[in-house]
Amino acid sequence: MRLSALHPLLRTVLPGVLAGLLLAAVIPLVPGLGEGQGLRTLTVCAIYSLTAAGAGLLYGRLGLVSLMQVGLVAIGGWVTLRLYHATHLPFELVMVLAALITAAIGTVVSLPALRLSGLSLAIVTLMIAGALEVIVNFTGFPNGGEDFLGRVGGGTLAAIMPRPALVGQDDAAYFRYVVAIVVLVLLLLSWLLASRPGRSWAAIRQGEAGAIAAGIDITAYRILALAATSAVTGVAGALLAANSGILDPATFKAQQSVLLFATVLIGGAFTLAGAIIGGLFFYGVPQLLNSWHVDGNLVFVILGLGTVHAITTSPEGIAGSFAALGRTVRARLGRREGAP
Amino acid sequence: MSGLTISGVTVRYGGVTPLDEVSLRFEEGVCGIIGPNGAGKTTTFNVLSGFAVPAAGSVDLDGDQLLAVPPHRRARWGLRRSFQQEQVIRSLSARQNVLLAAEHSRSPVTSVDAALEYVGLRDAERPGSALTMLERRLVELARCVVGSPRLVLLDEPAAGLDPAESERLLRLITGIPERTGALVLLVDHDMDLVRAACGVVAVLDFGKRIAYGPTAEVLASPEVRRAYLGVEEDET
Repeated sequence: MRLSALHPLLRTVLPGVLAGLLLAAVIPLVPGLGEGQGLRTLTVCAIYSLTAAGAGLLYGRLGLVSLMQVGLVAIGGWVTLRLYHATHLPFELVMVLAALITAAIGTVVSLPALRLSGLSLAIVTLMIAGALEVIVNFTGFPNGGEDFLGRVGGGTLAAIMPRPALVGQDDAAYFRYVVAIVVLVLLLLSWLLASRPGRSWAAIRQGEAGAIAAGIDITAYRILALAATSAVTGVAGALLAANSGILDPATFKAQQSVLLFATVLIGGAFTLAGAIIGGLFFYGVPQLLNSWHVDGNLVFVILGLGTVHAITTSPEGIAGSFAALGRTVRARLGRREGAP
Repeated sequence: MSGLTISGVTVRYGGVTPLDEVSLRFEEGVCGIIGPNGAGKTTTFNVLSGFAVPAAGSVDLDGDQLLAVPPHRRARWGLRRSFQQEQVIRSLSARQNVLLAAEHSRSPVTSVDAALEYVGLRDAERPGSALTMLERRLVELARCVVGSPRLVLLDEPAAGLDPAESERLLRLITGIPERTGALVLLVDHDMDLVRAACGVVAVLDFGKRIAYGPTAEVLASPEVRRAYLGVEEDET
């Protein structure tokens, strides 16, 4: 990578990296929020922000609506558990392998949909999400068994995958570990977006004829986007598996993918900051409702209203609104300084 | 053989024949393709850039068969195209717009600054959405000169510009062949621009070639004036 291209990239990602590391350091110290259930909830929110980043990239940069992202999380989690119980390799290695395998599967199942766009693609991916839900319900998640599906037979105790050796079982340490990986993965995505693939995706979104005339192989770059976002989603599955050591098929219903897409719209599909907000909405709001003893189904109403709001008045989501606010404040300050 | 040779190209869409056995030959410099609306000018460009597949005919540039090259490979091969509706990418900076074209061409991306300097675009870090119409047209020209182009297709490159701005664009367009060695084809309705820019022009009408030759001669020929300019067109 050339230095001239690196500088603006560093400038744009540095605040995000610092904010992420600061949050990782500080949040576990906050009483109430940074311990017990609160911290565990925030850990899962951070994990789902990766999923939101993937869905947001596909929608915000390529205009592709994929409604199977939570199904891909299940694949990432399944592969992680299966690989771990079969090999007992270090978690980091298992996670990378799970990302690669999820990328391959996510790309292959999307191939027939590559020529579709808009509503057709949304419907096809939703049907795939439904199929994945059925499959996962049938196979369950590996828990140390010997056969291909990795399920233990009756009477044998199910095995649990331990958290990464690097952090041990401590919740605060695992939260910091997750945030560090989320920051790292979002950095990789920023680098992709700021380099040739990101530019090519922008051209494709602007207009396919113009993109072809500019020499862009549209199919190849769409496949790259699907592979990259599927890999990121696979990482989320690996982190989720390591979080609890075992996964429950009920977590990965097809409707969750629709909810995730709604939170991406609410958080903002065009920026990675929007993905963080998306993750908080996706997992944090339902947990908050639970802790208030409110019916969890209310989340559909809340996210529905949020989506309508996002589509009608704030297409760049909450992250976009914050960015606009920042620009306004800076412009005001600049004017005051510039005034005689 | 050097230059662009279009031989017997026919394009059919259902019952319509926008190009009917058109043969054209352009050797160097800036050449024009003119004609009334629906004459087949943009279709010719679409054949060259691969968006229209001809039912018959061949296209040869410097000995290469262009129609055998897949559309998205033609940029790397050396084809550049600007559209009637400018295609500057709004979410990328002006510089990144040009960088994108360089990345998908056959020469290194070091020529980006030179291209921006050639068209004289200031503050190239602004996003495409913040550029004026003139600046967008300049970005498009910069994309056309970057990365060793061999054939540059300009489809009404000055649409939406005032006369002074068109004049500036004209000077840049006529400089492209000398700067890059590329052959430039220009489609435009602005006869002043065509007269000033093009050494030779071809005239299409209803998908057929009706005239071809040095610009001044062709524009003065009675057949062209009848078909296109209208007989009562005043003489400058």
